Amino acid sequence: MGSVQQKAQAGSLESGDILVMVSPAENDGDAVIELESLVMPQYGRAIHETIKTILEKNEVRNVCIKAIDRGALDFAIRARVLAALLRAGVSLKEESE
Amino acid sequence: MKINRSILIMPGNNPGMLQNCSIFDADAVIFDLEDAVIPQEKDAARLLVANALRHNGGGKAEIMVRINPLDTCGKEDIRAVVPYGPAMLVVPKVEKETEITDIVRLVKDCEKTGQNPISLTAVLETPLGLFAAAAIGMADRRVAALSLGGEDYATVLGARRTKEGQELFVARSLIVNAAAAAGIYAIDTPFTDSNDPEGLEKDALLARQLGFKGKIAINPRQVEIINRIFTPDPLEIEWARRVLLAMEKAQQEGAGVASLDGKMIDKPVAVRARQVLQAVGDIEQGKEGVL
Repeated sequence: MGSVQQKAQAGSLESGDILVMVSPAENDGDAVIELESLVMPQYGRAIHETIKTILEKNEVRNVCIKAIDRGALDFAIRARVLAALLRAGVSLKEESE
Repeated sequence: MKINRSILIMPGNNPGMLQNCSIFDADAVIFDLEDAVIPQEKDAARLLVANALRHNGGGKAEIMVRINPLDTCGKEDIRAVVPYGPAMLVVPKVEKETEITDIVRLVKDCEKTGQNPISLTAVLETPLGLFAAAAIGMADRRVAALSLGGEDYATVLGARRTKEGQELFVARSLIVNAAAAAGIYAIDTPFTDSNDPEGLEKDALLARQLGFKGKIAINPRQVEIINRIFTPDPLEIEWARRVLLAMEKAQQEGAGVASLDGKMIDKPVAVRARQVLQAVGDIEQGKEGVL
């Protein structure tokens, strides 16, 4: 199981990007995902699902994720979540999801 | 290998640009992991480019990735992006043919079964690299092009970099000569003032005159000018067709020599005419998105 060792972040608030911040969860349990997005009504659910899928594939639990989306496409969301996890000390199963 | 007239370089850590890479009408785009990415963002850029390659096509533009030198984090770049099939890796600061053979070995190790072999463009940016240009071009059949890094080269020389580019004249000529000896293409260094279209046009015309087949663009605004300069104009195309017709007619008549408009046509002239029509064919093929 991948384990978040420390706080980390990746991405930016530029248009087309997403800022992803990860930190170890205070309590054991499923991942907590907090998402802000300009396109929340249209794509919020899909973005949330993408993040959740990456966590599941890499067997990461006990993590808090805060993501601020600026209209990122799926490839950018995946890349930024993976980069934040990598920087937080998670050993990734595959670097392109 | 298709000729790329315009090759637009864009920062590998900018998702907004990567997602729009196909709208600029460039024949090829380079996702840059080297100079355009600060050291502390190399890891994130590598992941972004790998995911862009996997999930986003480049449209009709061929996608290349400029990796970092092997003595920094080039190996990690190769491992991250090669499995997702960029058409080409752009290798900076090459000085020896052994650097190419090392990279080819690493690339082969990372390619998936059945994947199209990835080509290389070697960028020569130092006097040592220029001296070894032909050997670098011939180091492996995967080397498809040589390019010049004009800014670094002028810096190493201690020369002032000018818009006219006299300080690059020898380097450009050496690269074109070495590429021709190796049977590959020469791609010109960027014109770095994106607010000077007239200067770019002059610079691109000089490069084409010297024998370069394309030029790197640093800004989408440069693409249209570069495409125009490196596209044969209608008069050239008409001339090339007439040359080949005259050659064919002479052969049918059993004449040893053909002539057109009172000028003798020999083999080199016919080869140039074929090159013009080949370039036109490549451009048309690119427009149809059949790469």
